Amino acid sequence: MKKSKQFWVFAGLAIVFYAAVQFAISGGFLNNFYSNTLIFMGINIMLAVSLHLVIGITGQFSLGHAGFLAVGAYVAAIMTMKLDLPFVAAILIGGIAAALAGLVVGIPSLRLRGDYLAIATLGFAEIIRIVFLNIDYVGGAAGMQVTHLTTWTYTFICLFVTILVIVNFTNSRHGRACIAVRENEIAADAMGINTTYYKVLAFAIGSFFAGVAGALYAHNFYIIQPANFGFLKSIDILIYVVLGGLGSLSGAIVATILLTVVSTFLQDFPETRMILYSLVLIIVMLYRPKGLMGKLEFTDYLKMWMRPKGGRQHEQ
Amino acid sequence: MEWLQQLINGISLGSIYALIALGYTMVYGIIKLINFAHGEVFMIGAFIGYISITGWGLSFFPALLLSMAICAVIGVIIERVAYKRLRNATRIAALITAIGVSLLIQNGVIYIRGAQPAAYPEVFANKTFNLFGAQISTQAILILSVSVVLMIILQFVVHKTKIGKAMRAVSYDAEAAKLMGINVDNTISATFAIGSALAGAAGVIFGIYYTKIDPLMGVIPGLKAFVAAVLGGIGIIPGAVAGGLVLGVVETVVSALGFSLWRDAAAFIILILILIFKPSGIFGKHTREKV
Repeated sequence: MKKSKQFWVFAGLAIVFYAAVQFAISGGFLNNFYSNTLIFMGINIMLAVSLHLVIGITGQFSLGHAGFLAVGAYVAAIMTMKLDLPFVAAILIGGIAAALAGLVVGIPSLRLRGDYLAIATLGFAEIIRIVFLNIDYVGGAAGMQVTHLTTWTYTFICLFVTILVIVNFTNSRHGRACIAVRENEIAADAMGINTTYYKVLAFAIGSFFAGVAGALYAHNFYIIQPANFGFLKSIDILIYVVLGGLGSLSGAIVATILLTVVSTFLQDFPETRMILYSLVLIIVMLYRPKGLMGKLEFTDYLKMWMRPKGGRQHEQ
Repeated sequence: MEWLQQLINGISLGSIYALIALGYTMVYGIIKLINFAHGEVFMIGAFIGYISITGWGLSFFPALLLSMAICAVIGVIIERVAYKRLRNATRIAALITAIGVSLLIQNGVIYIRGAQPAAYPEVFANKTFNLFGAQISTQAILILSVSVVLMIILQFVVHKTKIGKAMRAVSYDAEAAKLMGINVDNTISATFAIGSALAGAAGVIFGIYYTKIDPLMGVIPGLKAFVAAVLGGIGIIPGAVAGGLVLGVVETVVSALGFSLWRDAAAFIILILILIFKPSGIFGKHTREKV
């Protein structure tokens, strides 16, 4: 009962935010630069939230998220540019293709743990990139022309659905099983949790939303190239999740907003931006390895603030 | 004698991978960390060689030694500054820090000198010899001999000296080694120094072989050297050499068969196959996970 009240409050706030931005865009108060930054931010949040499910909730260290982004982007671009399907269908098919890729990658490599899994996912992402590089149908290294179709409305709806699904998944029985896998895989296995199933499930859901983000990403630019989806892109997404706090959804969102704003201002100085990023990574890992918000969510802070004497129930 | 030619090319390339892989495997063996910054040490080594040959007019061997010495120092600094605090942290935290260090070095070098590539000077008049119908260049012989000499020295250091014994002890059980009076911190630093020196040497000979270096050159060879280390069984020194050679030969064969664009994919496909079927590598023993 309480939970659904919270949900409606958030949904209401989100819709008010959407309407305000949409009004500002159509009224001409927000110029192209700002609305593009907002769209880009939304796509980045989707990527961060989907990776959060894999790394933060299930504890599977994946370094290949850009690979799924690439699958979503290319498949969606093929759907709209070559097969003339509507954009909505392209988004869905992009997501499904990425989820299938997630299954293909997940089933063999999730037998591995920790470092090995990280390296295997990295390898898979590189293979995906090289495959796109070698297919002439999608333009090879030169890239593929894509029309600009992504609007604030599409971005908002996709983002809203992503967050909704991932929050609900996390709070469900399946999500708790995933958290058990994160905390101690062997113990979870011994308690009768089918660890492989949950790892693959989380991986596939994460890839699905990365693919949806990819579809939006592709149609937000005029051209997509395999070079956009390299190792560095995976690291970019990883930084959002790590900075916010491994295991905190709101942390990932806050970090993404922060870093997208910073990198938009540093667009003309790419190496300064990367130096800043890497310093942030190193310093956060050395002095606060659990990230800015740890495992706490934004609502936990609200609760603490409203009831200062109450116990901090959610802290581990 | 086409195959012999490819074999020679493959072994030349493979010995560069093997030199880098040795650093990965030693560091992983001792502190269980994938040192992503290792590829960047390789890149710095190449640049130090370049500066000392073109800028200071050194010849090949002094440049190689200088590059190895500076890389050793850089390796120790990286370990002391970034990794030492993380000895007891989670593996993910250590891995992310390593990625951070790697990005920092790459972009630091780009910030200082720009991203444009540099052309390596020719230090040896390049003659080719004919061996059973295959062409061997002086460079290939040079690369091979430098790699072989360095590997023999490494083998000597690890198995015959006191510091080598300490390294083996720490990688076997750091806690017990400490109780036996081994200075674990110094041993880890020594491991980083040796590994980084080998990467520096690999950087210089890579520059001479490919004649072109740039600040991002460390990424792909670094990853491939890691693949080589995993292929041979990570933490095992002869395994890294074998893995590097196998990878070099496979890549050359893939290129020679006309799939040169798929060359990088070949390395990762090998990686995934080995991880799925024999995660402990060719030379590795299967260990059971403790609960």
